[in-house]
Amino acid sequence: MAEFIQQVVQGLGSGAIYASLALALSLIYRFTGIVNLAQGEMAMFSTYIAWQLVHAGMSFWLALPLTLLISFAGGALIERIIIRPVEGAPELTIVIVTVGLFVFVNAAAGFIWSFLIKSFPNPFPDGALNVGGVQFDFGTLGVLGVVAVVMGVLYLLFQYTKLGLGMRAVAQDPASARLAGIRVGRMLALGWGLAATAGALSGILVAPLLFLDPNLMSGVLIYAIAAATLGGFDSPIGVVVGGLIVGVAETLAGAYIGFIGSDLKIGVPLVIIIVVLLLRPQGLFGRPTVERA
Amino acid sequence: MTTGRETTRRTAPAEADTPYVSPRERAARLLTGRPARWTFAAVLAVALIYAPFYFVPFRNFQLTLVLVYAVALLGLNLLVGYSGQISLGHGAFFAIGAYATAILMYRGLVPYPVTLVVAAVLCFALGFALGVPALRLRGLYLAVVTLSIGLFLQPFLKRFGSLTGGAMGLTIPKPEPPAWSGLAPDQWLYFLALLVAAVTFALVWCLMRSRVGRALLAIRENETAAEVMGVRLAFYKTFAFAWSAMLAGIAGAVYTWVIGFVSPDSFTIVLSITLLAGIVVGGLGSMSGAVFGALFVEFVPSVSQDVNEAAPGIIFGLLIIVVMFAAPTGFAGLLRRLLAVRK
Repeated sequence: MAEFIQQVVQGLGSGAIYASLALALSLIYRFTGIVNLAQGEMAMFSTYIAWQLVHAGMSFWLALPLTLLISFAGGALIERIIIRPVEGAPELTIVIVTVGLFVFVNAAAGFIWSFLIKSFPNPFPDGALNVGGVQFDFGTLGVLGVVAVVMGVLYLLFQYTKLGLGMRAVAQDPASARLAGIRVGRMLALGWGLAATAGALSGILVAPLLFLDPNLMSGVLIYAIAAATLGGFDSPIGVVVGGLIVGVAETLAGAYIGFIGSDLKIGVPLVIIIVVLLLRPQGLFGRPTVERA
Repeated sequence: MTTGRETTRRTAPAEADTPYVSPRERAARLLTGRPARWTFAAVLAVALIYAPFYFVPFRNFQLTLVLVYAVALLGLNLLVGYSGQISLGHGAFFAIGAYATAILMYRGLVPYPVTLVVAAVLCFALGFALGVPALRLRGLYLAVVTLSIGLFLQPFLKRFGSLTGGAMGLTIPKPEPPAWSGLAPDQWLYFLALLVAAVTFALVWCLMRSRVGRALLAIRENETAAEVMGVRLAFYKTFAFAWSAMLAGIAGAVYTWVIGFVSPDSFTIVLSITLLAGIVVGGLGSMSGAVFGALFVEFVPSVSQDVNEAAPGIIFGLLIIVVMFAAPTGFAGLLRRLLAVRK
């Protein structure tokens, strides 16, 4: 039993990382109705920035806020330069543009930092908390804590500030928001900036576990998409719950279903995505979209 | 384009009051008129047949791969360019075709031409099977599902090592030229690929001019309107998926013949994304787009790789974005616009 709980705890740890990238996906989805396929690559790029800062001799806890700031600016800039021109274009066009961004960011990271893997400092101390025979790694606890804090900050921002109110208005109905005097363009850029920041955090959390290379996030992206699909792309609570479920499901499947093992674990999010889309396309917590034909 | 020009020709009065034709327009008509087209096609055919005798074996090898990619892109174009669905995992069908061929040839089960048929049938069936759920997944979700299939395939191939040779892959003998042909191996492979490409292009050309092609175009332009006109959406979209997968599988089979080796690392998600990049840059929604795209897919990496390992990705990424901004019909569309008759 302790073994089983141990696996669940481990699953929650990786689930929290998926949740933070899924949160980034859901932020952009709510504002613009698109899933940014380049989100993982943007997060990977941010992680490289953090690595570079630490490598240059900066302490991790100083490099972290600086990286988040740079990521925020970068995200807003990408919205402005690359996404704004195709705003309102057919879905296919936007999807292809984000694929282009995916390819470009991935190659740019390889160009700047080469494709060799790098080790990334783990910000959390080694060791574990022992509760009734179950080991709670400080690393896992740290990841869960960070994601909880990010969730809380985003919640406060959206619910209790004027800025958050404006952003929610834009997410709901850009045209009406514009008529009410809200700078829609600025809010969209802000949304992309926030998403890039949340993504950067997930990259920084996952890098110590996986080693840093330009393909760091391509797997994580699929898990995050599965998490967001399961929870419902338009529900922030949903994507976090989805992330945790996906993390636990993946860990348990890898540990207890011999056929899957550690090789085929990437099949778990695929199955989750397909089953959810077929049975409940809006996800567990999402609202179904009503379309006028 | 064609219909527009033909209409003008039919309604243009034949007698005295010939309308004024600008020199530019006359030049354009000369370049794009029917005689010019036939001449162009004839020259192209001669060049394609003569090419393997002119170039060195390595160049022939590259041209053969261009033909292989052209077939795969033709399939992807059917899906993305003509039916408006997306696939970020087309490399998976390519890989399945390649592996089906490799496994059959490795075990010596059937003569190699048969492997092409097996790959085609297998991928058609798989494409059809995926096309059914794809009906319910629009745009973005389809992108997500196909992307994860593309990502999933590589570990999957490694897992079933007894059949696929695992991470080491399979090495198989390339098809030998028959004695009567008197051709070198690289020339023979080139002609095999050329034959496959010619047949598939002709098939798709005919398909697009049939009831099916018109239905697909109607769906792409406006699904609701197409449905009202009596086009069965579900049937044609699944059909496009199956055909597209089949063409990718055929390309994969020829790829195995040409390379003589398959391994999971040849079919990463990069292949799927490169294929999509190729068709976007080459030109969505036109047959020639597949050819231009194939040239890009083969030559951009091999030329720019010398500069930096990351250079092909940077070029592809930028090109995709720039093309979507500035010329959504890609290189083929740009070319056509340059040659188009100005009214």
